[in-house]
Amino acid sequence: MAGNSLSYNDQLAGGEAPELGQEATPATSPAGAFGLFSSDLKKNEDLKQMLESNKDSAKLDAMKRIVGMIAKGKNASELFPAVVKNVASKNIEIKKLVYVYLVRYAEEQQDLALLSISTFQRALKDPNQLIRASALRVLSSIRVPIIVPIMMLAIKEASADLSPYVRKNAAHAIQKLYSLDPEQKEMLIEVIEKLLKDKSTLVAGSVVMAFEEVCPDRIDLIHRNYRKLCNLLVDVEEWGQVVIIHMLTRYARTQFVSPWKEDDNLEENSEKNFYESDDEQKEKIDKIKKSYAMDPDHRLLIRNTKPLLQSRNGAVVMAVAQLYWHLSPKSEAGIISKSLVRLLRSNREVQYIVLQNIATMSIQRKGMFEPYLKSFYVRSTDPTMIKTLKLEILTNLANEANISTLLREFQTYVKSQDKQFAAATIQAIGRCATNISEVTDTCLNGLVCLLSNRDEIVVAESVVVIKKLLQMQPAQHGEIIKHMAKLLDSITVPVARASILWLIGENCERVPKIAPDVLRKMAKSFTGEDDLVKLQILNLGAKLYLTNSKQTKLLTQYILNLGKYDQNYDIRDRTRFIRQLIVPNEKSGALSKYAKKIFLAQKPAPLLESPFKDRDHFQLGTLSHTLNIKASGYLELSNWPEVAPDPSVRNVEVIESAKEWTSVSGKAKKVKPDEKFYSESEEDASDDSSDSESETGSESDDEENEEAGSDESSEYSSDESDSESDNKNQLAKCKSKTTEESDPDEKTNSKLQSSDASDSESSSIEESSSDSESDTESDYESKKISQKEEKKTWPERKPNKKDVSLLDLDDFNQVSTPVAVLTPAISPGLIADLEGLNLSASSSVINVSTPIFVPMKTHELLHRMSGKGLAASYHFPRQPCIFCDKMVSVQVTLNNTTDQKIENIHLSDQKLPSGMRMHMFSPIESLEPGGSITVAMGIDFCDSTQTACFQLCTKDDCFNVNIQPPVGELLLPVAMSEKDFRREQGP
Amino acid sequence: MIHSLFLINCSGDIFLEKHWKSVVSQSVCDYFFEAQEKAADVENVPPVISTPHHYLISIYRDKLFFVSVIQTEVPPLFVIEFLHRVADTFQDYFGECSEAAIKDNVVIVYELLEEMLDNGFPLATESNILKELIKPPTILRSVVNSITGSSNVGDTLPTGQLSNIPWRRAGVKYTNNEAYFDVIEEIDAIIDKSGSTVFAEIQGVIDACIKLSGMPDLSLSFMNPRLLDDVSFHPCIRFKRWESERVLSFIPPDGNFRLISYRVSSQNLVAIPVYVKHSISFKENSSCGRFDITIGPKQNMGKTIEGITVTVHMPKVVLNMNLTPTQGSYTFDPVTKVLTWDVGKITPQKLPSLKGLVNLQSGAPKPEENPSLNIQFKIQQLAISGLKVNRLDMYGEKYKPFKGVKYITKAGKFQVRT
Repeated sequence: MAGNSLSYNDQLAGGEAPELGQEATPATSPAGAFGLFSSDLKKNEDLKQMLESNKDSAKLDAMKRIVGMIAKGKNASELFPAVVKNVASKNIEIKKLVYVYLVRYAEEQQDLALLSISTFQRALKDPNQLIRASALRVLSSIRVPIIVPIMMLAIKEASADLSPYVRKNAAHAIQKLYSLDPEQKEMLIEVIEKLLKDKSTLVAGSVVMAFEEVCPDRIDLIHRNYRKLCNLLVDVEEWGQVVIIHMLTRYARTQFVSPWKEDDNLEENSEKNFYESDDEQKEKIDKIKKSYAMDPDHRLLIRNTKPLLQSRNGAVVMAVAQLYWHLSPKSEAGIISKSLVRLLRSNREVQYIVLQNIATMSIQRKGMFEPYLKSFYVRSTDPTMIKTLKLEILTNLANEANISTLLREFQTYVKSQDKQFAAATIQAIGRCATNISEVTDTCLNGLVCLLSNRDEIVVAESVVVIKKLLQMQPAQHGEIIKHMAKLLDSITVPVARASILWLIGENCERVPKIAPDVLRKMAKSFTGEDDLVKLQILNLGAKLYLTNSKQTKLLTQYILNLGKYDQNYDIRDRTRFIRQLIVPNEKSGALSKYAKKIFLAQKPAPLLESPFKDRDHFQLGTLSHTLNIKASGYLELSNWPEVAPDPSVRNVEVIESAKEWTSVSGKAKKVKPDEKFYSESEEDASDDSSDSESETGSESDDEENEEAGSDESSEYSSDESDSESDNKNQLAKCKSKTTEESDPDEKTNSKLQSSDASDSESSSIEESSSDSESDTESDYESKKISQKEEKKTWPERKPNKKDVSLLDLDDFNQVSTPVAVLTPAISPGLIADLEGLNLSASSSVINVSTPIFVPMKTHELLHRMSGKGLAASYHFPRQPCIFCDKMVSVQVTLNNTTDQKIENIHLSDQKLPSGMRMHMFSPIESLEPGGSITVAMGIDFCDSTQTACFQLCTKDDCFNVNIQPPVGELLLPVAMSEKDFRREQGP
Repeated sequence: MIHSLFLINCSGDIFLEKHWKSVVSQSVCDYFFEAQEKAADVENVPPVISTPHHYLISIYRDKLFFVSVIQTEVPPLFVIEFLHRVADTFQDYFGECSEAAIKDNVVIVYELLEEMLDNGFPLATESNILKELIKPPTILRSVVNSITGSSNVGDTLPTGQLSNIPWRRAGVKYTNNEAYFDVIEEIDAIIDKSGSTVFAEIQGVIDACIKLSGMPDLSLSFMNPRLLDDVSFHPCIRFKRWESERVLSFIPPDGNFRLISYRVSSQNLVAIPVYVKHSISFKENSSCGRFDITIGPKQNMGKTIEGITVTVHMPKVVLNMNLTPTQGSYTFDPVTKVLTWDVGKITPQKLPSLKGLVNLQSGAPKPEENPSLNIQFKIQQLAISGLKVNRLDMYGEKYKPFKGVKYITKAGKFQVRT
């Protein structure tokens, strides 16, 4: 530090020399004698002069240097009087730097700071909104208690300012004033209430932040703004989104009934009422199902946050993820996993937080992250903390189906150079072994192998884990124990030695020959052992004394004598205790009779649990969750209420309410587009082999029911609202029903948006559609579509144009638009073409979904007998082909069943029928005996089921092979509503 | 929210501090230094540290630690994302985010931090808005300013701040109107010992450089948008258009920005462009080992693979390496034990290889595991996923812009286990 400041002064002295002129020269000689301090004084003197000069440039220079001092953390407070004079400077840059200075030092020099107040008060009336806003910012930041009334007044005025930017700053000022003087709370709440009603997206985030800080318990202020906040959310800046989502999560937990009840109850029922008759159970389930219908407001929140999963800001994605986790029906939470996995590509710090949250989630709902198992594989370049978190998640996700893959992966990790991580892996193997009984023996064997590892940490960790595993399995493991007893000579890590001794003591009757010998060795080395080991030696002695006193009596007494004079009082205590208990003498009471029972009692096996088990009571994504400590200011997430509070409190008056309701009732109908992710979640469920089939079935039933329910409830609750709004509401509903086509337009109108912007856009879109149509018609690709189909598709597609504007908050509804396009049952290429044609018309109904089920069935391509030992099989992975979008992707697995290398395996398309094309895999140089390799190829079947014949060649031979595609593999999965389907079917 | 910010360099000097609420003493950083010492490696410093009165959330960027002081509950990702945004802004303003650059521009840094946070809550983080409030330093401007006495600080509120498109500044004018898009794909893969793929996926981004006058409204469409499995967007993109039509429609920010980043869903069908033949062995009880790797092209779609670099973190017991490359040059750092082989291009006629001896510390046991190879490469004019931009249309402005799309495939985290 000293070196630093010295050089700083030197540099300054050099720089100032010309300006200081002669005055400075005589002063330097005594300064040299006094050292640093005097030269500091000198410099400040010079700064004061510069600040008092008439030239702006000098002042600016001085201010810049002062800010430099502040930035370095040096004290510049003595310049306060000189600086504060410049607060009214005309030069905006000087002014800004003076503000910086004021905010930093006003708290220390309160009296002098008051000099500047009048300037700010004047600036608060400035016509320039930027100046008004920054005056308010500084005024509220200087933390001088005397001006609290002035601040209050300024905030009140600013909260009614015409500029949303000034209002945003007012919201920030609220928090500052509150921390300065908490007694202003009541007045501030009034301002917050007023600002919450603000419709500007700029203000929303800041005022919610103020709400969270000042009065997070005043949930009643939110009611009437709830729907507005939900609707504005997409357009609020990203930081505001995070705060609002967290607040709304808490709000929703107090206002809506749990959407999980049905799931939970179902599970409970299926367990408890096993013996009840089926009918009875059914009745019960029906009852539960009927009793729950999701509040439309609840649905609104869940739906409006969904697009934010696509945000570039990790904090927003995490906020939405925790909202889904805490609020959505369990079947819908699955969509967040994809986005969270995406964040793993981000910086190390983001990864760390996201992985922690995934770890907590993966304990409770394995299925969510199982499809992404491989994304959590560890790279040798990951930092250790990331590696351990990934390992944690992999362990949580382990089940019967994937355990073999995982164990193979773990094998690599155990050998890692990062020993801390290797040790963690061994722990993980131990946990897998206890959780999945099928692999317990495999794991145990693997761990025993590790005992001969060269690294001591690895061996020690294995010993500890084996000890735990053996304790859980009281079966005969004499061999392992013997092996471990031998290791005692070489292992030096205390924990491991202690574990081995404990194990031998516990199983001393199973290894009657070795145990006394071990005790003998330990007696010899007792004095040199670690305390932990000493205690276990004492235990071992006691246990042997009780079971085999003939051989070990003397040894034990010798050890007890050693322990009696040990330095550690714990060991002395234990020695005394054991001696009294096991060695019979006249004083010993009734207890010694039970000594054997006491020492050799059956001990409960330890539970190997995830360290993230206890974190779930914290809200995900919070600081408290990360630290696993309740952070100050953490707001508890309440439990769902048994009965929902009155939903009508969220209704907003007259005109607004009518609009709100149409959008809400419109939305209730639109639950259907969500079906896509329903089906995804079902896929998850079906993947999860532990889930019974009946469960998934009933879940989907519930979903249907729920949709219907939300429909009903929206109508029902709208009836309940004020009679005035009710009429309008119904009118509006009728309107929306009759004119479905114009519906989207109406909705966009109801939103706040600059009309001119949407105008220009809609016109531009018209341009674009005509553009692309003419373009694509000439496209030679489209010629390949057969004429007939073209006729079918073209007339039906209406160019349904819509205003697409930035502020368009409502979902586009694909399904409700009655326009339909035939889904051609052809290869992906054609679909791609059609999509190309479709670019600017917004009515694309071909909604290609990801395959829900990919069969793993393989077909034989070449039998090993006919292929001279080379066997080949293929299967269709149902993925879009990466080589060309007309091709169907095929995966070929080649096996070498001979005992020699097969070299140069490649394809030849000489015999391919005309018209067909094929993308061959690159030649495989050699395939080891017993080896197997999977390669990808693409075949264009020309949309027919004719057989593709080609040759599979090795270095020496050529084999004719063929693939005949089942018709289903040529199709694309497409999601469409029943209505559309019938329409297509009609002609 | 964010109380204070400290910038700390590698040698542990606090060279900048900024407080948004009352002043927090520098001594709070001692807890951070303590954690740093415990972690040994900079990469392993925990991002969130709890101290008796505060919480410290830190990021590590470009050899600098950004340490923020928090007093109450806040989503940690919120702070982390913000700190990265600060670092991005410095990068944007000064060309690099280094200690020297920050010290040289300390006043601008302070002005920026003042604008970015108010009372610890983000105020303006969009680069276009900040640049209107505080002009980035250029030599020309500093000369002009010293003569005319004008300042670097804007005196009116940037129009973007109030509009619905805060990312774009108003009144943009260019003589040459250009729009460039770089489609950059990275292959993340883990290849196991035998050469089969354990895990592979393609991650891509589209970076844009837009220099268009006025308020252009662009729409970008792809030949095969279904390839994009999971996408994250710059806020300028209209999500609804993408949902319904798979078209990227947006009013772009001015200058460089990341338009989207995406993941490609092709599971195990990722084409792996290179293969590595390796034999690394250490002899028992002797102080040397053999090292031999060869790289060759695999599924490279007929394009040349260039810019190949192989990095290997050798085990601690390796003292030195005596190797001969058939192509390129290699370095071995005996302190960090990192072997770097700069290969260059692959010519299929003669595959590049690196062979030789490894000297081990005598007496030390031979390493348990062979080191894994990290490979970097680049393929120009190819997006490995097959993603293709179909067309770019511009509405809202009259002029004809110059449009360009470039494709690059790179290795991301590409690791070969040996």
